[in-house]
Amino acid sequence: MKPAPFRYHRAPDVDGATRLLAELGDDAKVIAGGQSLVAMMNFRLARPRHLVDIAGIRELGRLHRDADGGLRIGALTTHHTVETDPTGVLGTGFAVLRDAMGWIGHLPIRTRGTVGGSIAHADATAEWCLLAVVLGAEFVARGPRGERRIPVADFFLGYYTTALAPDELLIEIVFPRPAPHAALTEFAERRGDFALVAAAVDLDIEEGTVRGGRVALGGVAAAVVRVPEAEAVLAGGGSFDDCASAAAAAVEPPADASGSTHYRKELVRTLVRRACEEAKSR
Amino acid sequence: MTDTTAPAQREVQLITLDVNGEQHEVITEPRRTLVDVLRHELRLTGTHVGCEHGICGACTVLVDDRPVRACLMFAAQAEGARIRTVESLSEGDQLGDLQQAFSTHHGLQCGFCTPGFLMLAEGFLAERPEATKEEIREVVAANLCRCTGYQTIVEAIDGCAQARRRACASRCDSKESDVCS
Repeated sequence: MKPAPFRYHRAPDVDGATRLLAELGDDAKVIAGGQSLVAMMNFRLARPRHLVDIAGIRELGRLHRDADGGLRIGALTTHHTVETDPTGVLGTGFAVLRDAMGWIGHLPIRTRGTVGGSIAHADATAEWCLLAVVLGAEFVARGPRGERRIPVADFFLGYYTTALAPDELLIEIVFPRPAPHAALTEFAERRGDFALVAAAVDLDIEEGTVRGGRVALGGVAAAVVRVPEAEAVLAGGGSFDDCASAAAAAVEPPADASGSTHYRKELVRTLVRRACEEAKSR
Repeated sequence: MTDTTAPAQREVQLITLDVNGEQHEVITEPRRTLVDVLRHELRLTGTHVGCEHGICGACTVLVDDRPVRACLMFAAQAEGARIRTVESLSEGDQLGDLQQAFSTHHGLQCGFCTPGFLMLAEGFLAERPEATKEEIREVVAANLCRCTGYQTIVEAIDGCAQARRRACASRCDSKESDVCS
């Protein structure tokens, strides 16, 4: 189908974008790569009357390490840029980000889709949401009332819902510390489809021994979730099998045409174990 | 002052597009996707439109040398970018090497998906001239073909990549190394 009519605005800079959003109110949507939004508009699932295009704002395209060893990803950085890492900024500490990109759609989606767009869209199976949750990211947002940092725990509020105000723009995603023993894996019926279930882990390993870690799941609830029950097993020196079983027992994924609750819980068990093994082998 | 009123039904804007090296001025509605402007306004009907939600890949074109879905991009977003369509692959009636490889390897039957596969492969091989057959297999999963079963498409792209590598190596051997650098 074709989208409903809208008025197109090109934002010159972040302040210009937030001013436009404040003026236009609920009728406006931000467009970056458009890889989710344009599809929804073509289906008329979304009918914004104004689009604010932020793709030309250069300051949002930066990808760099900060003085503390963290990684700062400008919101307009594409999945493809992270995947190819042309400047080698990811190193081994953030190789998990590079390796996770292959799960996102296909090449022509990754060349346009942006990190900030994916996170602001907040799909419960999105790889970037999962990476942000498992690695404890922080989000920098800017609006008419200034700039603020939002911890990931306060950011994803439910189905496609975030803590961003309608006139705020996501500027930057901050991954505070390297994660050399992290991994993301998922299952979809076909390569490139939305995951039925996705799992990510970030292990704390000292001298070859797992001391603890973080476990996050996508596709089991309204937003990506941490699984404290599974993390407790890791912290207590339990096996990956026990960790995976604890994760499967802890969640109650809703059933739909793609799989029952039982089936998804079994996927959780398998994928958490796989992610743990992959993370440890790094 | 920003015009914050809701758009009228047929509101249009002027955009300039760089397509296959030529500048085009187009007056069109903002809601027109790139693929619709290419086909309807510029009459470049080589690019096909299939699913219109980014699944089938029939509309794949190059934007700044990278393969993208022309149905998931508004034409206005493509201002200032270099766009290449399937029409850029041939010289008149003379097929380009990638097109010739698809013909040689029987990489098409009905042909509807072919322009998308060609531009996907053109963009991918430019970035990964050393691509293995496995990498090619992974990349063509982006597009749907319901005739060939993909095997011949993979062979066509791999055949073209090999031929380009051979040509590059022989040019290097004949001391025209600047051609390959």
